[in-house]
Amino acid sequence: MTSEPIQITKRPRKIRGTFLVNGEEHDVTYPSHKTLLEVLREELALTGTKHGCELGECGTCTVLIDGEPILSCLALAQAYENTPIETVEGMADGSDLHPLQEAFVEMGAAQCGYCTPGVLLAAKALLEDRPAADRQDIKDALAGNLCRCTGYIKIYEAIELAAARMRGEQAEPAREAFYGR
Amino acid sequence: MGGRAVGRYGGTVGSEVGEVSTTDIPPYRPTALPPFSIIGKPLPKIDAAAKCLGRTKFADDIVLPRMLAAKMLRSPHPHARIVSIDTSRAQALEGVKAVITGSDMPNAFGILPVSQDEHALEGDHVRFIGDPVAAVAAIDEDTATQALELIEVSYELLEVIGSIEDAVANPEPQLHDYADDGNLHKLVHLEFGPVDEALERAHLVQEDLFFYEGSTHLPMEQHAAVAEYGGNRRLTVWSSTQTPHYVHRALEKVLELPRSRIRVVAMPNGGGFGGKSDPFGHELVVAKLAMLTGRPVKICLTREEVFYCHRGRHPVIMKVRTGVTADGTITGMDFESYLDGGAYGSYGVASVYYTGALQTVTYQVPTYRFRGVRAFTNKAPCGPKRGHGTPQPRFAVEVTLDKIAERLDLDPAELRLKQLQPADSLTANWLKIGSMGLRACIDKVVEGSNWKTCFRNLPYGRGLGLACSSYITGAGLPIYWNSMPHSGVQLKCDRGGGVTVFCGSTDIGQGSDSILAYIVAEVLGVEPMEIAVVTGDTDLTPVDLGSYSSRVTLMTGQAAIQAAGRVRAVMVGPVAGKLEVPAERLVFAGGVVFDAQDPERGMSFAEAVALTETATGTVGSVGSYRPPKSPGRYRGAGVGPSPAYSYSACIAEVEVDPETGIVQVPRVWIGHDIGRSINSSLVMGQVEGGVYMGLGEALMEEMAYRTNRNVTHKWPSMLEYKSPTTHEMCDVTTYLIEDPDANGPFGAKEAGQGPLLPVMPAVANAIYDAVGVRIDEVPMSPPKVHRAIKDKARGKEPRFGPSGTPTVRWPEVTYVPRPVDGGDGKAHPRPEPAGTGG
Repeated sequence: MTSEPIQITKRPRKIRGTFLVNGEEHDVTYPSHKTLLEVLREELALTGTKHGCELGECGTCTVLIDGEPILSCLALAQAYENTPIETVEGMADGSDLHPLQEAFVEMGAAQCGYCTPGVLLAAKALLEDRPAADRQDIKDALAGNLCRCTGYIKIYEAIELAAARMRGEQAEPAREAFYGR
Repeated sequence: MGGRAVGRYGGTVGSEVGEVSTTDIPPYRPTALPPFSIIGKPLPKIDAAAKCLGRTKFADDIVLPRMLAAKMLRSPHPHARIVSIDTSRAQALEGVKAVITGSDMPNAFGILPVSQDEHALEGDHVRFIGDPVAAVAAIDEDTATQALELIEVSYELLEVIGSIEDAVANPEPQLHDYADDGNLHKLVHLEFGPVDEALERAHLVQEDLFFYEGSTHLPMEQHAAVAEYGGNRRLTVWSSTQTPHYVHRALEKVLELPRSRIRVVAMPNGGGFGGKSDPFGHELVVAKLAMLTGRPVKICLTREEVFYCHRGRHPVIMKVRTGVTADGTITGMDFESYLDGGAYGSYGVASVYYTGALQTVTYQVPTYRFRGVRAFTNKAPCGPKRGHGTPQPRFAVEVTLDKIAERLDLDPAELRLKQLQPADSLTANWLKIGSMGLRACIDKVVEGSNWKTCFRNLPYGRGLGLACSSYITGAGLPIYWNSMPHSGVQLKCDRGGGVTVFCGSTDIGQGSDSILAYIVAEVLGVEPMEIAVVTGDTDLTPVDLGSYSSRVTLMTGQAAIQAAGRVRAVMVGPVAGKLEVPAERLVFAGGVVFDAQDPERGMSFAEAVALTETATGTVGSVGSYRPPKSPGRYRGAGVGPSPAYSYSACIAEVEVDPETGIVQVPRVWIGHDIGRSINSSLVMGQVEGGVYMGLGEALMEEMAYRTNRNVTHKWPSMLEYKSPTTHEMCDVTTYLIEDPDANGPFGAKEAGQGPLLPVMPAVANAIYDAVGVRIDEVPMSPPKVHRAIKDKARGKEPRFGPSGTPTVRWPEVTYVPRPVDGGDGKAHPRPEPAGTGG
């Protein structure tokens, strides 16, 4: 039997850094090996960012860095100090949903809702880059975001609806998306 | 402000109610006829905005003060005795608060009463790579992970049972001593009518062998659970579970704590698909650790651990012999299934029966025999995945019918249409069919896909295939024997007009919380957003058995209709008295209660509640639901009965590259008989999601194993376990058929599981139409297709599939005379075959 307490061999070093999340500055003291996903969820309580594998395989933890989607589970937090980070919590304008969020609600594009934050952010990056994105562009942009509930179809329809509205068009969902043929 | 509310129609409420009798008011009965104000409409889900804002709290999002992190140590061996476990070094690690092993939680548990074969931590016998043996609670996850490395376990390796063939050949070493025979967990032998005679007299007997590989649910959310043991000696467990009621029971049994002191809260599930329907060791472990440490404890499984939890699709070998007349009419079917169950019982006894139960509900099968076996093997336990035990036999039946149509030169759609099981009928195995909309489903997909022109006429490499299916809308019997309701609902009406619905059901993304709101809103004539829904909390909500077997909309829906109807029945008395109109003329709609003949005479729903509260006290009610009794009375008749059966027909279009064997599916047409949509948008989402998951199984998903007698998981990661991305998913054209069922709420049937079932056989049949080879296996991955095409070119049998079945000693037959024989639903000795003279 061991009598002496065993010391942790590699006690993680804590460091201080500033994170710019959704336009707000956060000074954080955090273990130096933490990923951006962990800092967002565990240090900043921004649990809207989800995780499905923590290995960079599913896209669930997608956040935007300078408007570009990255996998926060593979990102060392230190590398993203003082860089504009956007999470799902930053999409709405006060109580007003972002047009993508609005369309996802309307179309039923969020079933379990677990992949939804990552998908929304990947879609936001796409539409900022290509406001006239077509179905193939959407498929390409979301190829790294797995969804097990929807078969992606309601997601495509919601993104197309939001894109049209963001372009200033009067767009309504197709009847067959809601009722079938 | 005074204490009285000013009513919308002037005057005050809360006074002058007068004498009102509520005894002679007829109970509310929902009309099965439109127009509805809410039912059927594509309304947003009540929780959709929270999910899109990232505000929905899943189990791993819970953070409590002083919370500890737990990790579990799992067996690296597929089959072994535990000789010793030394946790002292882990316990001595700075930051570790508790370490537990199997001896701390010796009571067995399991989802089925007949399979209590799991332990939260296995104490002396591990049965698969991933079986948990010890657990640690520490100040953080890193410390807990490091502590696991300090636990020393000594194992004595046992002979490995790697396959169903192994299980048949090796009764020893036994995985579980309660198995029917050696390592054969369960053996079933049922016969309905004289099958051998029917096959002897048949014009043609089609005999086929199929193999359906296992697959897993792959929910995006990793399982997580948090437990807290309060100073008041009450335990709370928050978990990503589809079945809080069964977790409640397992906690009581394992922790020896009365259920009255345990609260289980089912958090919104980040996908379930059946993978979170069993009570799991990690839920029990965090509870025990919380009790030992006096601090909240959380565990979130790694993705690799989620693969080990599994409970997914059973790998099944199947043999089917089908007798038909010259025009393709089925005269008898002899079906055998061999399930590789993995290391534990789980739902397996039900799974083996389900591989034999629903063959009879789509087409008329006048005589039917089913033999099934489930083996224990040293692999992650199989259980219920979307379609539970029925996608495998459905694949076999629909492909075999396609082969029969080919041999008899018949159109596969016509072959099916001429022998549909009639509505309001009994099948040979005593299943009671209600509404049956399969004909319309077939007609729609045949028309939409241009089947008549394109089938057998597309250029080489392109093809169409058709398949149909049916699924239960809830199981007729509960998992543990009892006569209580399967679903309960409580309603509370606030004097401000708000209504709160309490129900034990669990929203796993299918929208069950919203369904409760829609149904109560429809009956009470208010808006869904005015309804608060509280679900899946054993302290707050009446029991609902859980989100499995496609039962939730039907059963919670009926309970909600009853509860809301009872509230109406209480309210109409005071309201009718106040308005001076007959109670039966009152209409609840648009947030108002009014006289149907004089809509100006009325009051707001809020006023009506306040008036009723004044007259009769607090306004609330309960409702509950229990399925109708099934006519089957034989041993095994408990699996298959349902209040209602949904139907689906599917046509898949494929493009096969003969050089590589790669199959692409550009489009699927699917017709689904939903009975009635409670929310058509949610139904569309379920149908599309079902097609997606079926497509994954058809083309790529495999719970595959390697090395050491084939028991090491080949790829416990989301990268290597292939599932369809946006690039593989097909276009889907959906047709919703509404054939209301008398047992469904407003006529509704299920949508969550049925639409998956026809996809795999439709793809297989389409591959044959495209390139003339039969892939009698799922998944139909490129190497198999390529091999069959090569074999065809060399003049060999143009087929990829199994070549035999294991040899099993079947038990004595349970012979059940059919309804047409004048049977009583019970087993009887088999009559002597006619003409043999004894």
